[in-house]
Amino acid sequence: MSYLELANVQKRFGETIAVESFNLAAEKGEFVSFLGPSGCGKTTTLRMIAGFEQPTMGTITINGEDVTYKAPNKRNVGMVFQSYALFPNMTVADNIGFGLKVRKRPKDQIRKRVAELLEIVNLPDKGSRYPYQLSGGQQQRVALARALAFEPQVLLLDEPLSALDAKIRVALRHEIRAIQRQLGITTVYVTHDQEEALSLSDRVVVMSEGRMEQVGTPFEIYNFPSTAFVASFVGTLNLLPGVVAEASTGGLTISGQQVRIARGFEGKAGGNVSVALRPEMVSLGPGPDGSNRLTGKVSDVSFLGSIVRIRVSLGESGPTVVLDEFNEPTLKLPQLGETVTVSFPQDGPLVLDAKAPVESVEELIAEA
Amino acid sequence: MTGPSLGPRAPGALESIQSSARPRPRGGVGAGRIGSWIIFLVGVIYFFLPLVATLAFSLRLQPFGQAYRNVLNDDPAFASSLIYSLFIGIVTIVISTLLIVPTAYWVRLRLPRVRPYVEFVTLLPFVIPPVILVFALLRAYSGGPLPLTVTDQGLNVLVVAAYVILSFPYMYRAIDSGLRAIDIRTLTEAAQSMGAGWGRILWAVILPNVRVALISGAFLTLAIVIGEYTIASFLVRPAFGPYLSLLGHDRAFEPAAVSIISFGLTWLAMGIIALLGRSSRQSVQVAGAR
Repeated sequence: MSYLELANVQKRFGETIAVESFNLAAEKGEFVSFLGPSGCGKTTTLRMIAGFEQPTMGTITINGEDVTYKAPNKRNVGMVFQSYALFPNMTVADNIGFGLKVRKRPKDQIRKRVAELLEIVNLPDKGSRYPYQLSGGQQQRVALARALAFEPQVLLLDEPLSALDAKIRVALRHEIRAIQRQLGITTVYVTHDQEEALSLSDRVVVMSEGRMEQVGTPFEIYNFPSTAFVASFVGTLNLLPGVVAEASTGGLTISGQQVRIARGFEGKAGGNVSVALRPEMVSLGPGPDGSNRLTGKVSDVSFLGSIVRIRVSLGESGPTVVLDEFNEPTLKLPQLGETVTVSFPQDGPLVLDAKAPVESVEELIAEA
Repeated sequence: MTGPSLGPRAPGALESIQSSARPRPRGGVGAGRIGSWIIFLVGVIYFFLPLVATLAFSLRLQPFGQAYRNVLNDDPAFASSLIYSLFIGIVTIVISTLLIVPTAYWVRLRLPRVRPYVEFVTLLPFVIPPVILVFALLRAYSGGPLPLTVTDQGLNVLVVAAYVILSFPYMYRAIDSGLRAIDIRTLTEAAQSMGAGWGRILWAVILPNVRVALISGAFLTLAIVIGEYTIASFLVRPAFGPYLSLLGHDRAFEPAAVSIISFGLTWLAMGIIALLGRSSRQSVQVAGAR
């Protein structure tokens, strides 16, 4: 049996289904992230684990114990909030020691544990400060220390880095992961930031509209998305409308140009599909022998720091292929309106169900 | 700090904004300042003239300060009525706090839809005059299963109950605004996740963070209880309000002296609020990004 298990969990708010058929089995010490856009049910699921919401259906077990209807203060679960939620009337040390005080631990033991945690979160000299005397990053470290102080069975983090600026976010992200590894605590992390989820997690649960879209390692999620939503939500993606020529040999056409896909797919000849293709898979030029090639006109060239993003339109009203080139001084960039050939390997793209319209996926990307 | 977004501007709009930021001609500034000073002085005179007049009148009895000596040294009813009212006031504050803090907290946390009704109930003392309230209390508790008006203790209970009702608008509003200033939901959940029960959450997390609001409400309540006349008089309580009224019937200078003393006590209370407020950490950010 896994350490943290959610079995067929559902949550309704009136007629609205916030979470449905949620199944997860996390092992002890595993770092699992819930990733998805706003309103996908990730925070609701986290709150059900914490006990702040009760599932309409299903069970939640921690270390074999059914905690589905247990009060939040009776579960041994630590939580870090987006807004830190430090008690403003208490010093940093009192905040960290609060959970231990509630558990009536001896004062000496509390003092020792607080000092230990202040060391872990790199704030050894801040114990006597009040939360308002700390920066946002420091406050969130205190919140983390507070959630860890009483040695919870599971650590829950609800978008803990969202309120911080980019640099601190990245630094703190690494610290959280290092501390989690050091303590070996089972952790559930909620975020809408794919970079955070991919860089931190052992496994990622991608969610959309209350459903689990895919569960897998960051590598699996990025490279082998199982649905159009996952493919579009995680990373940048070209979703090109294709028409099946011969499914058995992987043949199809994109904007009238023939391509061959190595990964098998199903579909009748003449049927519509979506071809998912990461920008980094696409190169400018004809590429090596056996590559798929598409010809179009350059519609945009934009600098994104280390990379240059080039958009190539396939025909007047055809789809656009986005590709990334490393930004180096010797890079020769095409001119706007220039006719170019782009290429990609046969095992690069994924063929997805054509039901996911390109527009809606683009909307999802924009939302994310 | 970033200013508000101005949106698309019409030609010349920038110039007009810039020109409005230029210093105005000296005459305009001078006239504006004089106007402000006049309004300020009129306000000061309006508020302080009666006070100064009362003080001057209270000092007319010769020798100098005799009215104060008469009240403070020679009239035991002054101290006893003041102590009684203070005691009743403190009991009222304790009961109001016990009643209103959990109510306002729970309404904010779990029953936000009930808030307008609770607010309406707390505003009733402004709608129902004290004389109606005290008559209702006398009618209800003069006999029947709870004849509170027949003993002194019973009357004390009634007067406290009436004052708790009178304190509703001040206590509820003060505490509610204190709760609004903190993210009680997240703080509650944070405390719960660490194992705290409702009692500890209220005592260790919520109450300290609405301390200043609570003190403000408490002092307002105290001020009302000390000066209250109607309820105390109809319930025949030896309170400060009826004492002050009685004093005014047969003395000339002493009521003015007592008024000045009660002003002094009120100002002292306000000073304590200001001091506590200044040392409070409540004005600082409670949660969220810095």
